[in-house]
Amino acid sequence: MSAQIDATTRAHTVRAITQGYARERGPLLLVLHAVQAELGHIDDADIPAIADVLNLSVAEVHGVVSFYKDFRTEPPAAHVVQVCRAEACQALGAQPLFAAATEAASARNGVEVEEIFCFGNCALGPTVSLDGRLHGRVDEARLSELMGQWA
Amino acid sequence: MNGVQVYVPRDSSAVSVGAHEVAAALEQEAGVRLLRNGSRGMLWAEPLVEVVTERGRIGYPNVSAADVPGLVEQGMLTGADVGGCLGVVEEHEWLASQHRVSFARVGVIEPTDITAYAEHGGWAGLHRALSMDPADVVEEVVTSGLRGRGGAGFPTGIKWRTVLQAEADVKFVCCNLDEGDSGTFADRVLAEGDPFTLIEGMLITAHAVGATEGFVYVRSEYPDAIVTLRRAIDIAYAHGYLGADVQGSSLSFDLQVRVGAGAYICGEETSMLDSLEGRRGEVRAKPPIPALSGLFGRPTVVNNLLSFAAVPMILADGGEAYAARGTGRSRGTQVCQLAGNIARGGIVEVDFGITVRELLEGYGGGTRSGRPIKTAQLGGPLGAYLHPDQFDVPMDYEALAEAGAMVGHGGMVLFDDTVDMAGMARFAMEFCAAESCGKCTPCRVGSVRGVETIDRIRGGQDREKNLVLLQDLCATMTKGSLCAMGGLTPMPVTSALKHFPEDFDVAPGSDLADLTPTDSDNLQATQHSAISERSTT
Repeated sequence: MSAQIDATTRAHTVRAITQGYARERGPLLLVLHAVQAELGHIDDADIPAIADVLNLSVAEVHGVVSFYKDFRTEPPAAHVVQVCRAEACQALGAQPLFAAATEAASARNGVEVEEIFCFGNCALGPTVSLDGRLHGRVDEARLSELMGQWA
Repeated sequence: MNGVQVYVPRDSSAVSVGAHEVAAALEQEAGVRLLRNGSRGMLWAEPLVEVVTERGRIGYPNVSAADVPGLVEQGMLTGADVGGCLGVVEEHEWLASQHRVSFARVGVIEPTDITAYAEHGGWAGLHRALSMDPADVVEEVVTSGLRGRGGAGFPTGIKWRTVLQAEADVKFVCCNLDEGDSGTFADRVLAEGDPFTLIEGMLITAHAVGATEGFVYVRSEYPDAIVTLRRAIDIAYAHGYLGADVQGSSLSFDLQVRVGAGAYICGEETSMLDSLEGRRGEVRAKPPIPALSGLFGRPTVVNNLLSFAAVPMILADGGEAYAARGTGRSRGTQVCQLAGNIARGGIVEVDFGITVRELLEGYGGGTRSGRPIKTAQLGGPLGAYLHPDQFDVPMDYEALAEAGAMVGHGGMVLFDDTVDMAGMARFAMEFCAAESCGKCTPCRVGSVRGVETIDRIRGGQDREKNLVLLQDLCATMTKGSLCAMGGLTPMPVTSALKHFPEDFDVAPGSDLADLTPTDSDNLQATQHSAISERSTT
């Protein structure tokens, strides 16, 4: 992920990524995942370029970007905490844990909290992912310890 | 290679409680040859370290990295009875009493070791299938009685027969690995622990129906499964199990992984197909059915991972051997997943017919908190909440439907007596509002109105009127929604109210607690057809 790149370089990169998948069947999700992995988010300015290469309308690409929760249109924060709020984790206190994560994140810069519905770790909940790393059996003390590593 | 063989799972659940750190600590010990298996499904014991000895693989549960030097010093590497040792893992009652068919190799071998896969019975089903006429392969699966494991329970062989008989320039096989239901994780554990079983099942399907291309649609919340499957597919290509002329036969089959993007609804098969086509994952109206007009309008087999995973054994041992297990019209084994507030959560693969009580109280050992059981939700977020008085119902599609519940994908989530069922009913509507694809009004609008109505009931505002309104709303969603998302969201809501009216400040036995519309038979029939035709994983 590059922090700041100029618009021309970005547009060139987006086109190159899109062309790399253009021959696949139904390539749009592949392209969007790849753009986000490379550039951190899908910018409004990327959408016409993707649409052009794939011969889709801008509306079609925009519709797909906005439908799926994974696709972000703003750069991510430095750290992302994802807390599972689905039933199996709720049975072990996921709701207060989510509230605690939200409160802890609001007290510091560069941390964002997302709710997730299930990581498939339902026998070892509550489950939290920090910057993509999965943790099971997380209580508030453990969450605080894990987030403390970013201090 | 020298040294004591020691297995430490690399399954993501095991890793979530420290398996990588345990593996790193063991690598520091002299004389250890580390192997990374999948999980045995005894998730309550993770990280579960297994040491290979003359007696068998000796298990050490819940090991932490800090425990390792002490355990080694006390003789763990020779199988000493220390650290809560489970003895020979395969002889442990929790595992030994199961009947593992689809999960026979999971946790036993290293997931992407194709040699170990073959040594443990892998490819036998494929080789037999390739020697048979495609129509005979389909009939073998019909004979087995296998029903779709994603939740719909539609007979797999019948679906395949439709695709086989369809004429087209290209046909597809798609695996639905968008396992979004809370409380279910069997697809993930199998994909991470024994990916070649899925590949073999899909190859047999391709041969049976005449398909040449396949996709595995994996949810993005399962990054380790994605990596493992992609590696396994590369290895299968390198060994001539994918691509042109599979193992010297006339079968050609290309397979790739596609990753979802955080939409629960894409577990519904037609939404999944739209997503695979690179579009918004919106539900399609049926007909046409995907078997005739599926991916890119071509005949397509869409099955859940667990359905494909049952196929290699059915072909290896014959459909009748599979059908000999189970009960009634539910044949073979069910992969049950014990989750939530449970003492011994994990994967229990047993013949259909076992009771919910045997699973939750027997295998599961009751709640993790030690408090009394209040309820269990069966079959994911669209499944019913059961009262403990109902726990003697057997795992059987028809018996559960009669009890107002469903098998779904085999997940069950246990709750202790601290849970507020009015809150869970609200959450069911909230989840539907968050995850609805938006295509049909009963689901898109009904779920939002459902949250508001339940809030008013909980707030004591016109409780009686709002309960009647909720009843009406649930009937509309059940009967009027396009797929199981809106059609089944009322199930957790109505079951919560029916069995736990006190949580809604409704007197037990009151008519207001029973939201089932008066034409209940009609509703049951509608629900059943919603489940059987519109699978949501």
